[in-house]
Amino acid sequence: MPSFVIPDKCDGCKALDKTACQYVCPNDLMVLDKETMKAYNQEPDQCWECYSCVKICPTQAVDVRGYADFVPMGASVVPLRSTDSIMWTVKFRNGKIKRFKFPIRTTDEGTAVPTGGWDTDPSLEGPVLFTEPDSLGTDVWMK
Amino acid sequence: MSNFETVRVDTDLLILGGGMAACGAAVEAAHWAKKNGLKVTLVDKAAMDRSGAVAMGLSAINQYVGLKDGKNTVKDYVNYVNNDLMGVARDDLVANIARHVDSSVHLFEKWGLPIWKDDEGGYVHEGRWQLMINGESYKVIVAEAAKNQLGADNVIERVFIVGPIMDGDECKGAYGFSVRENKFYVFNAKSTLVAMGGAVGVFKPRSSGEGAGRAWYPPFNSGASAYFTLAAGAEMTCQEVRFIPVRFKDAYGPVGAWFLLFKSRATNAFGGEYMVERRPELDNWKPYGHVKPIPANLRNYLGMLDVMEGKGPIYMRTDEAIQKIADKAPDEKAFKIKMKELESEAWEDFLDMTISQAILWAATNTQPEERSSEIAAAEPYFIGSHSGASGAWLSGPEDLAPKEYFWGYECMSTVKGMFCAGDASGASSHKFSSGSHAEGRIAGKAAIRYLVNEKPAMPSVDDATIEVLKEKVFAPINNFEENKDKTTQVDVNPEYILPKMYMMRLQKLMDEYAAGVGAQFTTSKALMDRGMELLGMLKEDSAKLGARDLHELMRAWENYHRTYQAESHIRTMLFREETRWPGYYFRADFPKLNQDDWHCFVNCKMDPVTEEWEMIKRDVIPMFGPESDHELVGG
Repeated sequence: MPSFVIPDKCDGCKALDKTACQYVCPNDLMVLDKETMKAYNQEPDQCWECYSCVKICPTQAVDVRGYADFVPMGASVVPLRSTDSIMWTVKFRNGKIKRFKFPIRTTDEGTAVPTGGWDTDPSLEGPVLFTEPDSLGTDVWMK
Repeated sequence: MSNFETVRVDTDLLILGGGMAACGAAVEAAHWAKKNGLKVTLVDKAAMDRSGAVAMGLSAINQYVGLKDGKNTVKDYVNYVNNDLMGVARDDLVANIARHVDSSVHLFEKWGLPIWKDDEGGYVHEGRWQLMINGESYKVIVAEAAKNQLGADNVIERVFIVGPIMDGDECKGAYGFSVRENKFYVFNAKSTLVAMGGAVGVFKPRSSGEGAGRAWYPPFNSGASAYFTLAAGAEMTCQEVRFIPVRFKDAYGPVGAWFLLFKSRATNAFGGEYMVERRPELDNWKPYGHVKPIPANLRNYLGMLDVMEGKGPIYMRTDEAIQKIADKAPDEKAFKIKMKELESEAWEDFLDMTISQAILWAATNTQPEERSSEIAAAEPYFIGSHSGASGAWLSGPEDLAPKEYFWGYECMSTVKGMFCAGDASGASSHKFSSGSHAEGRIAGKAAIRYLVNEKPAMPSVDDATIEVLKEKVFAPINNFEENKDKTTQVDVNPEYILPKMYMMRLQKLMDEYAAGVGAQFTTSKALMDRGMELLGMLKEDSAKLGARDLHELMRAWENYHRTYQAESHIRTMLFREETRWPGYYFRADFPKLNQDDWHCFVNCKMDPVTEEWEMIKRDVIPMFGPESDHELVGG
């Protein structure tokens, strides 16, 4: 099944105010079983394999197994996402391993200023948007 | 139903959706709202950090015009889009997005999105309009700015919007339910902004097991925008213009970087290049067959002709492309460095936006520099932001639109006070992630201007109306509860149909009668007439949908939404008696392009009360060129 939960690693996000994977899944697939206090994917054939649950899990308890109806078994792709970069470990079916690291953002989390620091003083009438023309670097095009 | 609490929210502007267009709408509208003492509320069915089509991330920004550097003009972009859609596009809407999109991209960079830079500090282009990014957190960053502007109190997550609250032809807001708690939501709003994405899962997907979720476009975009606008009585456009992307086979990894950045060729199993060998076929689709770049549907079509003749598989020649670039290195050391760099770029392209394709490569021991990978046409999707065009028919901007396309506020639908952006807006294709954000901003500002200028009163919804809607929303839960004990197997019951089987029934009929994968994207009047008959019975059976819990209740309503997207699609394909977009769909009974009769928009409208449909032809009015001497409202 696309995303799956490793029981030994999942603690049900007991210490947090919400279950991280359940909070983030864009398709409402991850659910916390209140009895076992472990999460699971309730509808694997609607999983997009977007990895949002994998990336957010604080205990790295969520992994992905490729779609069983067309992906040969034995491979894995595992991310480790920090505040400014992501490291991927790709394991091939034949055992070969590749690692890649990419930046993910250039600013501190939470600090995105809506104006981008640009002037915001156009009129409500007319086509100029709130950070323009500053954020365009040129005047708004008119026919 | 007494255990479902009713929550009422009053707001001035209600933004429906949380993706790129909704985030653009929020960041813009909230600015103007603060200045004018107005309230903006955003409702998302998921969590904004990872909702919508950019949830996973992206490896490129596909619309950047580069106006400040004078690299391209707005006219260049309009011509490109109009030609790609075989001459059917709203130039005024496309131009409006094109003149603002750079502003959104520059904001993304300030907010923290890493955009690739060349040695001189300029953006690295994948193609003429495309920029390369490290886009794993693209959506997280864009959502953060929107949330910072809106304020946490004005964001409501995990509430699924079922439909508009109507009073005659007036939209008073929206109703829906929490997918987490037993709560029914009623939103009273003076103005609504629809940005709930396109539609996936209307057609049978190629993979029908676990891989059904691996649609190219996300499976959680389920036709909410199309249903909402149709149910509000809005005029819709281009409902026949589905999009079928050709992507790496099965996992649907992106091909843009391979074609544009790495200059890869695609060949059939015998090494033949369909784009070269089948060039004469393009003469049949003049004038669009002769434009550069060749329209996406025609490129699809040439490849499909190879496949139908048994010349598949079609391969992306990744090995050849990478070798070619690396061979330019002056010595062996430089060659090795270049190979390493290209390998990393190739993998990042998938890891940023289609991780499944990276799994598939690893699982099949595929290294792109060593062997080619198959590409294939996916299933049809409804997506007004890419090379499809389906969506609501909107007013253009005062200074760019001809009078036929202008009714007061840009991005406003034909329903007063209801605005649309992103996949919800039609005939303005090729806006992608960045243009959807820009269009959200345009719509957001226009909505606030509407509220300030028109001063509409806060609508009131009476308790009786609320009770009727509530009854309707939770009917699948009640239906299940009342009947579940009538059989020993919960999936099989003569009194209800569960959402999954309802969806598969819809997908099967669309596949077979409305030109899906199984019908080789071909249909005809006779097939569609039969399809409509079956769709009519499916619609009747929607009253028998059953749901075990809130999650399944969401699935029930998602599939109800898909049904209306399907109906508008068949009706519009039926009405347009020609084949204009081979490669998207082919009408066997009208196999040719017919410029004299059908170089026009086909619009449709559903009466919200009687559900009777009206089909409407609208003129295509070009903005540039000899035919552009139309009267401009704004002078």
